[in-house]
Amino acid sequence: MDKYKTEPLKLWNKAKELRLKFYENYAKAHEKKGIRWAGGAWTLDAVPRGLGDDVWSLTSEPYSASIAYDDDFSLRCLEATEKAGYARDICSYIRNYWGSIILNEYAFPEFSKTWPTPDFIFQDHICCSHAKWYQVVRDLEGDVPMFCVDVATGPAIESDGDNFRYIEMKKHAVDYVVNQCLDAIEWLQKVTGRPYQDELLRKAIYNHMRSTSTWAKICELQKNVPAPLDEKSMYSLYVLGTLGKAGQWCADFYDDLYEEVNDRVARGIAAVANERVRVMSDTQPPWAFLKLFRYLEEFGCVSIGSLYTFGLIGQWEMKKDGTWGARTYPKTIDDLPKGREEMLAEYIRFEINKPEWQHFYHPKLKSAMMLKIARDWKLGGAMLHFNRGCEGLSVGIAENRLALQQAGFPVMTFEGNMGDERENDKARVKARVDAFMETLGLKRDFIKQDKKVEEVMV
Amino acid sequence: MIEMYKEWYDARHEYAKEWKKKTGGKVLGYFCTYVPEEILYAAGVLPVRILGSHETQNLTEPHIFAMFCPFCRDCLAQGLEGRYSYLDGIMIAQSCLHVRQAYTSWDLHIPTEFSYYLPMPHHVQSPHATAFLRGEYELFIKKVERWTGRKITDKDLQRGIDIMNRSRNLMKAVYETRKKEDVPMTGLEAMQMVVSSQMTEKAEHARITEGVLNELEGRSRGKEKATRVMLLGSENDDVKFIEMVESLDAVIVHDDHCTGTRYFWDTVEANGDPLTSIAQRYIDRLPCPTKDWPERRRVERILQFVKEWNVAGAIIIQQKFCDPHEIDIPAIRTALEDAGVKVLFLEFDVTVPVGQFKIRVEAFLEMLSGDDLF
Ligand code: SF4
Ligand code: SF4
Repeated sequence: MDKYKTEPLKLWNKAKELRLKFYENYAKAHEKKGIRWAGGAWTLDAVPRGLGDDVWSLTSEPYSASIAYDDDFSLRCLEATEKAGYARDICSYIRNYWGSIILNEYAFPEFSKTWPTPDFIFQDHICCSHAKWYQVVRDLEGDVPMFCVDVATGPAIESDGDNFRYIEMKKHAVDYVVNQCLDAIEWLQKVTGRPYQDELLRKAIYNHMRSTSTWAKICELQKNVPAPLDEKSMYSLYVLGTLGKAGQWCADFYDDLYEEVNDRVARGIAAVANERVRVMSDTQPPWAFLKLFRYLEEFGCVSIGSLYTFGLIGQWEMKKDGTWGARTYPKTIDDLPKGREEMLAEYIRFEINKPEWQHFYHPKLKSAMMLKIARDWKLGGAMLHFNRGCEGLSVGIAENRLALQQAGFPVMTFEGNMGDERENDKARVKARVDAFMETLGLKRDFIKQDKKVEEVMV
Repeated sequence: MIEMYKEWYDARHEYAKEWKKKTGGKVLGYFCTYVPEEILYAAGVLPVRILGSHETQNLTEPHIFAMFCPFCRDCLAQGLEGRYSYLDGIMIAQSCLHVRQAYTSWDLHIPTEFSYYLPMPHHVQSPHATAFLRGEYELFIKKVERWTGRKITDKDLQRGIDIMNRSRNLMKAVYETRKKEDVPMTGLEAMQMVVSSQMTEKAEHARITEGVLNELEGRSRGKEKATRVMLLGSENDDVKFIEMVESLDAVIVHDDHCTGTRYFWDTVEANGDPLTSIAQRYIDRLPCPTKDWPERRRVERILQFVKEWNVAGAIIIQQKFCDPHEIDIPAIRTALEDAGVKVLFLEFDVTVPVGQFKIRVEAFLEMLSGDDLF
């Protein structure tokens, strides 16, 4: 007997449509005399939006995750990259992405048969591989103009290892990032030959704040028992933020999504009908092995999210009552400062708090945020993906494991790779899940095979 | 006098303990060559670089996920083994992600009086990086002053700059002698010179290096016919490997390592404000690949070394799992080959299979000498 009612998300098809539209817009931008550009999921994408409304981006990480989800194409990409002389242990998103260029194939052939070269690259840099990724893209594509902004100016939180608090960004650090953005704007005008419109930048910054804060609000709803969403579905939803957080379409979608998830909470709609234990995961999942989450559900175990799904794009703050919740942003767009420089400073001060940027400085910062989630989201344990594909998000993960264990949370770890199927041993991971579920005192339920629709968008 | 380098290299811990006893000063261990030693010398602190010991171990397994480079695990292992128990402080200047973990795990598990993470900018090609770094230096200085209980004045900073520059200039002069056909100093000796300079008091090291410069005049290693090789890649202080290469008909005349030229090649140019001058030096120095973007400036310098030191072949050493270097290797390889320099690529772990590598190096040297015949 199911414990809770469950039903599919009404906005699911809308999310699917928006995602496909994104890849189509990028591929077909030139047909409408628009501009194509490429950058990472963390790039300060409000900045290029000042060039016009017909400027379309391709976001590297979700694009590579889409490749990884298609294991045949992914294998061809990985092999092409290795053949070109690149080491097999480089970030697997990077290798999938380069492979797509080398093979001259787009992961969405319905929109373009060949790889759509960007007109420029605009990237951020906090992981050692960020700017280096695109340096090689330039080698492969023949010198596409590139600009990268260093955002690694130091942590935005401090922690005693258990609790954490936000600290203000130092003036010289704000100046450093803002000045790089100001240079980028000059550079964008030069490489595209277009005038820059501050009003569009303003709108984009506001949308960015709205999207990332609303996503955090949605994640907050996951504190409810039963959880209204499971992490596998969240992957398909947070991805829109990684694609276009500074776009109005994204901010509007998250507003609608918040309404729907809130309604699910009010009506007691569960993501997993037999929810008995709640866990969190960590880092990107093995994209070609998302069935792992369905397997957990057979035990009544729901992964309610992770610092990764909450904080890759979500923006948070510590509230007066000690809860961790969505970051406050100006009430209206008119409350944003007027000048370009001041506007950018506000944008940077907002963005620098990104939870997923903090572990780049120290694992204790991530451990403290994970402990906060474990306690406030009422978790019974954690399942950490020791992800061989991403050095950026795996930095310090072994210390995070120790910290969670020390605080009394059962932890299961499994090794795998988000984007290289050759490094995922599914049978072994399942065996580890079995053992973990046993320690959590969970037995497997009988699940009818046709009960779940296996669909995901990454 | 050259033997002194090896002695220091082998007895690094004894040296630091002795120094503490002698001076009553503080010793700080650092993890990456972007640490501004000028400021530490200005404060009267002895900076020593934390390096590995090239022994197998499993102590670090619970702390660093095995997909990170063997070098960072080897460094952390030294701390967990208690070999650096004499350190009063540790620090890192924002480095590659790998060695950063050696610092953070050390910070978590090995109690130390002083611990500091210096956010060294990555975008060193940006005109704004120096101002940012200067701002960070100001904060760092305040922390060091609180730690040592001693004010750091501009005069102190100037002294720090002079100490560092003197050491750098002397080591550059030594590298100059390696341009000669009869190379007076081997690659192993050069490596030990640079690495020992990271572990000893610079003024003392400089005094020895002055003597070494005299000694090198007219010194012959009998290697005038040997193939001139350059080593490139991540950190490399693998004595057994270097010895093996030079036991063959090869002599190492230059390098691009953070245990070599990347550490000392560039000096601080005085521009009025000592703190800005120091910051400018670390922004402009021969870059580590993590900071070498959007342009690959390293390549230019490597090609210049190749030309001036008349390099016939390059051995690229890769620390397993070190992404920033791995990403650069194909481009560097192409640049070298385009310049007519043959390349041998070898992947390193904590311990290296010297026997296997020997066969490959021999074949490489044979290929290079084959080139001479035609
Ligand atoms: S290693 Fe991870 S954080 Fe770094 S570029 Fe790759 S996916 Fe991004
Ligand atoms: S590889 Fe670069 S960043 Fe890493 S320790 Fe060496 S110099 Fe520092």
